[in-house]
Amino acid sequence: MAALSDHLLVLAILAYALAMLTYAAEYAFSNRGMVARVAVRERPRELVAAGAPVGTGGPLDEPGPVDLAKRPAPAGPAADPRVATWAGRAATALTLLGWLAQLGCLMARGFAAHRVPWGNMYEFVLAVTLVGATAWLVLLIRRPSIRPLGLFVALALVILLGIDGVKLYTPVAPLVPALNSYWLKIHVTAAVTASGILMVGFVAAALTLVRTGYEAGKTRFPYSLGARLPAADGLERLAFRLHAFAFPIWTFAIICGAIWAEAAWGRYWGWDPKETWAFVAWVIYAGYLHARATPSVKRTIATWIAVIGWGAMMINLFVVNLVVSGLHSYAGVG
Amino acid sequence: MAALDELTTKAPAGPPPRRRLGPGRALVGAGRRMWRWLTSMRTALILLFLLALAAIPGSLLPQRNLNIDKVNQYLRQHPTLGPVLDHLWAYNVFSSPWFSAIYLLLFISLVGCVIPRLRAHIGAVMRVPPDAPSRLERLPAHAEGLDLPGDPATVAGRLSDLLRGRRFRVEVREQADGGRTVSAEKGHLKETGNILFHFSLLAILIAVALGSWYGYHADRLVVQGSDQGFCNTLQQYDQYGLGARVSPGSLEPFCLDLTSFEARYLANGEPSVYKAFVDYTIGDGPAKSTVIRVNHPLRLSHARIYLLGTGYAPVVKYTDRYGHSQTEVAPFLSTDAMQTSSGVIEFPDANVDPAKGVDPNDKRQVAFSGIFLPTVPSDPSVGHSAFPAERNPALMLTMYQGDLGLDAGIPTSVYSLDQHQIDTGRLKKVGDPIQLKPGQAKTLQDGTKIQFLGTRPWAAMQVRYDPGETLVLIGAVCLLVGLIVMLLGRRLRVWFRVPPQGPVTAGALARSVYPGFLTEFESIVEEARAGQSRPTPRGTQ
Ligand code: HEM
Repeated sequence: MAALSDHLLVLAILAYALAMLTYAAEYAFSNRGMVARVAVRERPRELVAAGAPVGTGGPLDEPGPVDLAKRPAPAGPAADPRVATWAGRAATALTLLGWLAQLGCLMARGFAAHRVPWGNMYEFVLAVTLVGATAWLVLLIRRPSIRPLGLFVALALVILLGIDGVKLYTPVAPLVPALNSYWLKIHVTAAVTASGILMVGFVAAALTLVRTGYEAGKTRFPYSLGARLPAADGLERLAFRLHAFAFPIWTFAIICGAIWAEAAWGRYWGWDPKETWAFVAWVIYAGYLHARATPSVKRTIATWIAVIGWGAMMINLFVVNLVVSGLHSYAGVG
Repeated sequence: MAALDELTTKAPAGPPPRRRLGPGRALVGAGRRMWRWLTSMRTALILLFLLALAAIPGSLLPQRNLNIDKVNQYLRQHPTLGPVLDHLWAYNVFSSPWFSAIYLLLFISLVGCVIPRLRAHIGAVMRVPPDAPSRLERLPAHAEGLDLPGDPATVAGRLSDLLRGRRFRVEVREQADGGRTVSAEKGHLKETGNILFHFSLLAILIAVALGSWYGYHADRLVVQGSDQGFCNTLQQYDQYGLGARVSPGSLEPFCLDLTSFEARYLANGEPSVYKAFVDYTIGDGPAKSTVIRVNHPLRLSHARIYLLGTGYAPVVKYTDRYGHSQTEVAPFLSTDAMQTSSGVIEFPDANVDPAKGVDPNDKRQVAFSGIFLPTVPSDPSVGHSAFPAERNPALMLTMYQGDLGLDAGIPTSVYSLDQHQIDTGRLKKVGDPIQLKPGQAKTLQDGTKIQFLGTRPWAAMQVRYDPGETLVLIGAVCLLVGLIVMLLGRRLRVWFRVPPQGPVTAGALARSVYPGFLTEFESIVEEARAGQSRPTPRGTQ
């Protein structure tokens, strides 16, 4: 079982990497017409009209329907819509394959260890990326127009899983007894779920910044990637919704962790480094939601806050587990 | 546009600025401006950011509340930078003035923000939905030319039923020209959630403060045996921390002793089960027995007792040169995961000549510094235990004789000898180290006798009382509920204008145009049409 799990991890990484390449092919070969065709999801509206913002504008955010295909993307030199269509389908299929392999990998590990398969850092990252991939697939089904983001989601998956497999790999082992608690399972499950969704939220937020720069006429490297991305305000709204969905889950995860800490260590909060960084990330994400609800704060600044929030999550995962030691004997990396 | 403004106003605006102020007025004005600045959402945002930033050093530098030894080590390693950081409270970040200043400002801002909002919200909930703005076509969603048959009153009645069915609060108004307007509103729950969320933050802060003022915690190492128990008084603790408002006499009166301890280990030496079987009494009540495990504290009405760790306490019998014997139980502290333990066994009353009494200038007190291995490894020169359970236990002792330095009044560790006494030659090492198996006795160089009787387990217990805890939990649950309601809530206003003659117009406004906004408005308009043009509701088109 343990060996099967390891093979499936390799398969998952390969599938995601191939998906990345095919997403990139779709990206390169698609032309404006193609992107527009994928992106159009508005029904003709004879009844209801979308008006411009009223008067002074004010904090009336988000007027109008979601229109991801507002800006024509310049056609690449080798634009070939048929190649792009096939590449797009192949990319989705490969992502699905990677997802299945990853699911199998995690389940095999659970069976091999006879416990929930998120008991150390290696498994935690596996589970987070699985949730991220799941969130991505669900989004893709509900809104095919966001497919150009797939390249970057797959990139994030490959990077995280690669680090996981190479640097954090831990053989199957039973759970450290102090971790064997009912609240802890809920706590870690919630943390995994929130982190996975926030990962996709981060990709959307980062690409919002790229696209915003592109729409403002910047042509330097990261902004040039914006050419074939969906329109910035649609992306921005997507990023917000992902974060707004994950934030309560993250809050719940922290509360469960505090309940467990009370039973295990006698205090619900002790500013252990892990707790401190969970708090820092929570405050930054609260700041993001807050900034977005504050009319005088620009959307770009709010989006930057979300990106910084993911930075705090990553520090909590990698730096705190591997460099700073605390009570959380979770990492289990030798 | 009155309706629009009302819906988007964040907080009641202050009075308009005045010119030519007297000094008193100027002060009031400045105060007002400060207050308005402090309670603005922008400031809240900056303070939130500062809070996150300020927490970071607390995770990177060692903290006194977590591990004081690491702080001291850091200070030793950084002789110049260390003390500077200490002056900046860098080792007590979370109780430092600057950290406190940030969160207190944030919470003042929160009070200043949330209370007016609460007032405005109660007003809004009590008020009927406002009348339709004059030009519905300027709203972000609108529909014109709805052909709804019937006189204005009937049409308005039907529209109002339809909206009520969709859980709107509805108000129909008759206009001067005989037409009607239908105003509908829903989604006050969103604002309720927002206010609940922000008040919960306040509640949590207050509860945390309560806990730190009225709570306490204390540590005690309890050796097995009814002669080794302790009671909940400060004198009996190894270490304690009292809240600012706790008097030592007010601790919950209980006594506890360890009757037995069960420890089981995995093959690799990791503990799988720790169980402390204890007897305890509360006040003059009857004795009760229970089990304390990791993750399962003993919860008394106030205090809770946690099991933090375990170890061995060797029991040693020493017979001095006058034939006087004493038995000591000395808890040893483990130095590694396999329970290699070290400690000292002191006999301050040894070798006192019964005829002469104590001679202060020629003390012959005895102490043994020892290492205990629960499982001696196959290669005994290793010096570390091979397994945490007692499979092949042995006690290594080195004898010291002289003045233990116990009379100086300076508190000394019970786990190590006073190095100062050894350095000054007042306490001297005698002979070579000896090794004893349980039950084994040996005669020492000076003719005195030592016997290792065996070990007793000890349990490290922590006693805690935090009166704010329940309130923190309630606050956290309310916070989560408020948050979910706030993020899911949809605040929507819909208006229909029914003129005396001709087509009806409709418009809608949402505080934030959420994804389903247009769809929802569309479906309301569709339903209005379908319901009005056909007698059967929900007919297909
Ligand atoms: C103590 C730390 C605070 C935290 C963690 C916090 C967090 C949040 C969060 C997560 C939201 C949700 C935004 C959304 O609906 O998407 C929010 C909304 C809001 N907060 Fe705070 N907040 C804090 C302090 C404050 C303060 C001090 C003020 C006032 C100055 C304030 C005023 C508001 C307002 C007005 C909204 C609603 C925005 C809207 O939807 O229109 N908050 N807050």
